[in-house]
Amino acid sequence: MAERVLMKGNEAIAEAAIRAGCRHYFGYPITPQTEIAAYMAKKMPKIGGVFLQAESEIASINMVYGAAAAGVRVMTSSSSPGVSLKAEGLSYIAGSDVPALVVNVQRGGPGLGGIQPSQSDYFQATKGGGHGDYRMIVLAPASVQEMASLTIKGFNLADKYRMTSMILADGTIGQMMEPISFEDAEIETYDKPWALTGTDCKREHNVVNSLYLKPEALEITNMERYERYKIVEENEAMWEEYMMEDAEYCVVAFGIASRVAKNAVATARAEGIKVGLIRPITLWPFPKKALEDAADKVKGFISVELNMGQMIEDVRLYTKCKRPVALCNRCGGMIPSPEEVLESIRKAQKGEF
Amino acid sequence: MNHKRITLFAGHYGSGKTNIAVNYALAMAKEGKRVVIGDLDIVNPYFRTADSANVLQAAGVELVSPQFANSNVDLPALPPDAYRLVQDRSCYAVMDIGGDDRGAYALGRFVPYIKEENDYCMAFVANASRPLTRTAEEALEVMREIEAACGLSFTCIINNTNLASETTADTVTDSLPFIEKLCELSGLPLWMHTVHAPLAQTLTDSLDNVFPLQLQEKYFDLPSQMLGNRPCSV
Repeated sequence: MAERVLMKGNEAIAEAAIRAGCRHYFGYPITPQTEIAAYMAKKMPKIGGVFLQAESEIASINMVYGAAAAGVRVMTSSSSPGVSLKAEGLSYIAGSDVPALVVNVQRGGPGLGGIQPSQSDYFQATKGGGHGDYRMIVLAPASVQEMASLTIKGFNLADKYRMTSMILADGTIGQMMEPISFEDAEIETYDKPWALTGTDCKREHNVVNSLYLKPEALEITNMERYERYKIVEENEAMWEEYMMEDAEYCVVAFGIASRVAKNAVATARAEGIKVGLIRPITLWPFPKKALEDAADKVKGFISVELNMGQMIEDVRLYTKCKRPVALCNRCGGMIPSPEEVLESIRKAQKGEF
Repeated sequence: MNHKRITLFAGHYGSGKTNIAVNYALAMAKEGKRVVIGDLDIVNPYFRTADSANVLQAAGVELVSPQFANSNVDLPALPPDAYRLVQDRSCYAVMDIGGDDRGAYALGRFVPYIKEENDYCMAFVANASRPLTRTAEEALEVMREIEAACGLSFTCIINNTNLASETTADTVTDSLPFIEKLCELSGLPLWMHTVHAPLAQTLTDSLDNVFPLQLQEKYFDLPSQMLGNRPCSV
């Protein structure tokens, strides 16, 4: 058995990033993700890496942009208000087609909001956040083990598609502790012929830039980028199904909400209600196929979220509104109890959505 | 048990200080002692002493906790009645110190009182399964950083080596060389092995000083087979 260590979710991200070859971390502290920076501050100097606490989130994301352009594995981490500050940089990184890993350990919003857990940055992560036409690969861990494995996966996918991968976690998964191991981590490496590594006067110089002087050129670049996004959508969606084989009702939940939902599904099953769970692991690309297939089988959906109902729009979109979708939610740092989710399942069984 | 007037629990963050402090306070209360427990953690935003407010209250343990604990206010402030812990000598005080040197800074202002009274025990809580304290040398480094930050020296060591729900008797016994080395390097005695109660019974034959811990259930607890760490993909 692989060696087990007891880690906080935030620490697991940091250690996984180092194991994935990340030697450049630029960040700015914010609750509830500060352990990522603290871990990096302790470890990076010992392994010849760079830990830099920038003067702001805006500075740190632009340092990420620079390091990514140089072709190294680089990351930053923050929490909701801090990620809003990074939005401009995220857009520039997308517009320049360089790979990076960005972590958002979400807290309640909008505004300064609060420090308790939340999933209210779903729209920001999956629909944009920054300006312009772009996408990020959005990974939603539901355990400390997944904080580690999806961080490694995130670096791999970022390099593979020259995109930003975002880990969209929440304060609870960041702070909670579980035993994990790193043994089966698969580190992929990709050539980066576009990177700014110095020409030695032996090749044409590379340019990393998001400014296009001719509208025709910008249009072509955007269209080519979306061709790449289409490949990501076709190949990289990940999800988990739980008790879906004979399910008549389907709960959809990601991250911490999925753990509460899973407990509720197990209890409902014990009551004889045929209910299952689809847990999106990638929020972009959204697991369309799983939802499409489920829409042909089940009588209705329940979207469980720590926000005012954001993912529910994608559930409706990808089930083509074939079935009713109920919302079971809390927000502001509050978390639905298994009993609240169970009540929503019971209501669904009675046809109340 | 023979208790000092003040018992402090400090160590690396995530080492189990809060759980041990709560269980120790409850054990003293059970002996009929008047106990006050103080949450001096100004670092950790979640999972605090205040989470156990109900069980502490039921046992008659008084709780001194930052007024913003578990709220949306990220303010590293201590409550004014924290001075009770070091000034009111009529009760036994249990102090839960924040993790690492950063958490221990908050203790500094109370240290003159603790030293003056000189009836205290400060335990370093060690978990060999934590990534930054896997060796005795690393744990000793954290000990020294904490001592430098708060100005108080540790008096003993607690072995809280565990892997949460995956902890077995082997997890604890495998940690014995680590803990012996830490005792040797620091020159401090081992106070006790703290172990989740159901497992503690199986260890009492082979180990001295096993202290059983009750753990809080949390809303997000899932049996490991239900965690679903292996995803589907297209």
